[in-house]
Amino acid sequence: MINTIWIVLMGGGILVAGFQCLGLDYSAATGLVMNPSFVPLTDLTKALFDSAKASVNLAMGLIGIMALWLGLMRIAEESGLVKLFARAVRPVMVRLFPDVPPDHPAMGAMVMNIAANMLGLGNAATPLGLKAMQELQTLNKVKDTATNAMATFMALNTSSVTFIPATVIGIRAAANASNPAEIIGPVILATGVSTTVAIITIKILQKLPKYRMPVVEGEEV
Amino acid sequence: MFAGIINGVSAVAIPVLILAIVGHGWYKKIKVYEVFTEGAKEGFNVAVRIIPFLVAILVAIGAFRASGALDLLTGLLAPLTSWIGMPGEVIPMALMRPLSGSGAMGIVSELINTYGPDSIPARMAAIMEGSTETTFYILAVYFGSVGVKKTRHALPAALTADLAGIIAAVVVTQMVFG
Repeated sequence: MINTIWIVLMGGGILVAGFQCLGLDYSAATGLVMNPSFVPLTDLTKALFDSAKASVNLAMGLIGIMALWLGLMRIAEESGLVKLFARAVRPVMVRLFPDVPPDHPAMGAMVMNIAANMLGLGNAATPLGLKAMQELQTLNKVKDTATNAMATFMALNTSSVTFIPATVIGIRAAANASNPAEIIGPVILATGVSTTVAIITIKILQKLPKYRMPVVEGEEV
Repeated sequence: MFAGIINGVSAVAIPVLILAIVGHGWYKKIKVYEVFTEGAKEGFNVAVRIIPFLVAILVAIGAFRASGALDLLTGLLAPLTSWIGMPGEVIPMALMRPLSGSGAMGIVSELINTYGPDSIPARMAAIMEGSTETTFYILAVYFGSVGVKKTRHALPAALTADLAGIIAAVVVTQMVFG
């Protein structure tokens, strides 16, 4: 998918610039006029090189803020703050995932993943999320089909329960925004909407016949 | 008033969170300095690891924008998005966000570079970046890792949530900063 998009952006850009080199212009008075020029293509080349340079500057500006968050996250893990958090949100988790036993390892892994997402730490969230999926798979009777718990967990992940969008704040800080963190409030609000919609949609859709869990042969469900 | 509360939450969130993490670590007799630096070492790797993705997507978007191709596409979609208050410059972000995290981050950076970090398009894209996720990537990686092929209602629900998140980001941006 990303390949297609990349080709469309890159190829489409070059083709459109090439077409503009023809300098076609139409007006009622003069009819179709052609003013060939290489300027659109030389402009395009300059834009390509400038963009490549800008991306490295951007990544360099990101190193500091990334290190800050990963350092703090490590402290929170070692001090047991993450575990404390897991215990606090247990009532919510039990309601969201009624098929998962409350003390199953899947619960802990999912909570840690969601906590990492809340702090905007995508790189910490992914390993924890994959661990959670493996734990959920141990509860799955039909191994090639997603369970309700898996789908709910995916909906939470893809709707992004974010409180501190650390990476974006980092980019804004690197670009000298007047107040890099001012987006936190709006992000919490918008993410609340998308997560609420995700949970409602997933709970409605899982009841539809079209998405019903297949019955395992020879087993009462 | 509403904007004031939102700005207040934004201002207080990070200092309070850092104090809570460090304070709790100290209370639990963690060697906070050593542990912090150990975790922070990862920061360099993460930043360097994203450079190839940033270059790929920033260059492609640069080409798409500089050639005028983006203006063509945006012009086509603008009548559809303007009634919810989404400026044309943000349309590529809304299209890219579910597909590629690095791509969406590239667009955020691109908008910040072009219009300035405090412009409406840059703020709106930053809020979209923070409040939605890379749906296709997450579904592919997470389900792929355990060999689940039939994802049932996961994708339609995720895409519905994406759409809701994007519209919510537009509305909130216009309310707070518009």
